[in-house]
Amino acid sequence: MTAPAEADTAAQPGNRTATRRAAGSRDGEDPGDGGRGGRRGERRLLRRERRARWDVRLAPYLFVSPFFLVFAVVGMFPLAYTGYLSLHDWDRLAYTRGGFIGLDNFRWVLDDPLFTKSLVNTLSIFAMSSIPQVVIAVTVAALLDQQLRGSTFWRISVLLPFVVAPTAAVLIFGTLFSDRSGLVNELLSSVGLDPIRWHVERWWSHAAISSMVNWRWTGYNALIFLAAMQAVPREVYESASLDGAGRVRQLLHITLPMIRPTMIFVIVTTTIGGLQIFTEPRLFDDTAQREGGADHQYMTMTLYVYVKGIEDQFYGRASAAAWLLFLFIISIVLVNYAATRWLTRRRAL
Amino acid sequence: MTRRPGALVYGLLAAFVVGSALPLYWSFMIGSHTRERALDTPPPLLPGGHFLDNAGRVLNTIDFWQAMFNSLVVSTVCATSVVVFSTLAGYSFAKLRFRGSGPLMGFVVMTMAVPTQLAIVPLFILMRDYRLLDTLAAVALPTLVTAFGVFFMRQYLFDAVPDELIEAARMDGCSMLRTFWTVAVPAARPAMAILFLFTFMQVWTDYMWPLVALQKTETLQIALDRLALTGQGQSTDYALLLAGTAMATVPLLVLFVLTGRQLVTGIMQGALKG
Repeated sequence: MTAPAEADTAAQPGNRTATRRAAGSRDGEDPGDGGRGGRRGERRLLRRERRARWDVRLAPYLFVSPFFLVFAVVGMFPLAYTGYLSLHDWDRLAYTRGGFIGLDNFRWVLDDPLFTKSLVNTLSIFAMSSIPQVVIAVTVAALLDQQLRGSTFWRISVLLPFVVAPTAAVLIFGTLFSDRSGLVNELLSSVGLDPIRWHVERWWSHAAISSMVNWRWTGYNALIFLAAMQAVPREVYESASLDGAGRVRQLLHITLPMIRPTMIFVIVTTTIGGLQIFTEPRLFDDTAQREGGADHQYMTMTLYVYVKGIEDQFYGRASAAAWLLFLFIISIVLVNYAATRWLTRRRAL
Repeated sequence: MTRRPGALVYGLLAAFVVGSALPLYWSFMIGSHTRERALDTPPPLLPGGHFLDNAGRVLNTIDFWQAMFNSLVVSTVCATSVVVFSTLAGYSFAKLRFRGSGPLMGFVVMTMAVPTQLAIVPLFILMRDYRLLDTLAAVALPTLVTAFGVFFMRQYLFDAVPDELIEAARMDGCSMLRTFWTVAVPAARPAMAILFLFTFMQVWTDYMWPLVALQKTETLQIALDRLALTGQGQSTDYALLLAGTAMATVPLLVLFVLTGRQLVTGIMQGALKG
């Protein structure tokens, strides 16, 4: 880069106009190839300056517009369309939209006992997955946040399950949790316990599904926590341990409050993901309908939307259910956000 | 205190890693035994010699190679498109000043919170109306751009490209597009690689949307789904099923071994700034 001396003074950050003028004046001193000065050169100069000005003004919009154009078509439009559909009747036979029926679809969904059941299932699976997940992830991060030999090896190993597709994970865990011959049940009976019917009993099925989710995401979250923990100054720990605070106390009273923004970030993202679980209950089901168990004992809300919308083709009702799911997610996110803020507030040692 | 961690720390970490690897080990193990042996009690805990037989049966049951090819195409297209669009927009948001950039970026961040599943019904209808159902285009379309990508690139480019460098390029008479190409893109390369990797994995492992958009065509996850359905009802053929999952998991495992370091860096970086 060979910027002329005069330009150096103009190139202050945030001084765009000066820069442009400087660039222009440089062109003035050194007319473009073939420019003979005089009126023609001046006009060309003007044109070039105008082009540069438009370039500066338009380029940002040109750079962001491809994203927004595609996003509008494949992201925003379907969302708006969901809202539109949720307020209309739908003729399944003629495959046409019926009349405007206001909030009837919402009323129908809220009255559907299956929807309520799927809501409870979703909450239950979410609680069983996210709480242990975050607790174990923080613990693993605290273990990793030390002067380990081969730290890169440990970090990569912890991430291993993340590359396994949920589909593959359910199939693998499905065989482990098989009701008759599964490894888990064999271990249980080998220590004298009764085998558990993982695919049949409601809360146990939730536990099995949660274990797959936890398996895949705990290490990933641990790395996010680790990143935040490494930013905590080491001197803080030194003075704390001089004061006689043990490892656990340090974690609870220093680390957690100091990585608060990350706690909030992870808990919010885990909440959003955990409330949308679909693949696991769909594939864990070994009945023919695959609607979350013979008695829908582990049907989640996303599965409900899928079954009502894609399989049964009740587009209006499914869209209403989708919006209810969204509102549900938002409210749980807000609750968890508040809870995390409260839990990680600064406490005296 | 810079105490060296003791055996307990290594022990706990090792236990966690073994727990992470065990289900995968199990699938490779059962996948390498005969159908009958896989049902034994206690189950075989060492590899058997029948993996190739089982793999052959997988290839007979589902169109594995076609599914793999389809997944590869869709994942590559989506990852490339997300990287291109996100780098352009992310650079603009991070480094250029323009009217409305604040609200627009706020909008992008907000949409990150909206679950994609919310739109499966209308997306399905749209694909049907435009006769795209059962094509790979239908699978790829919704993931051609992601709000996360723009957010990620913006965060990265904020620090990665010094303003002075942009000014200098402008001074040399570079157009905005050329400045982007010669200054921003080289600086953004590491983040572009990570975003590519992430999007690729996200599309590769997705099950729900292909399930909605496809009927006869298969991605790898849909093919696995079909494989699981074949033995349903009677005694499930675990050897076949787990050989299939092993075969479907190997490509990403290879990618993981090659890029594990970058993945870890990416996750930790993204989190620091998120």
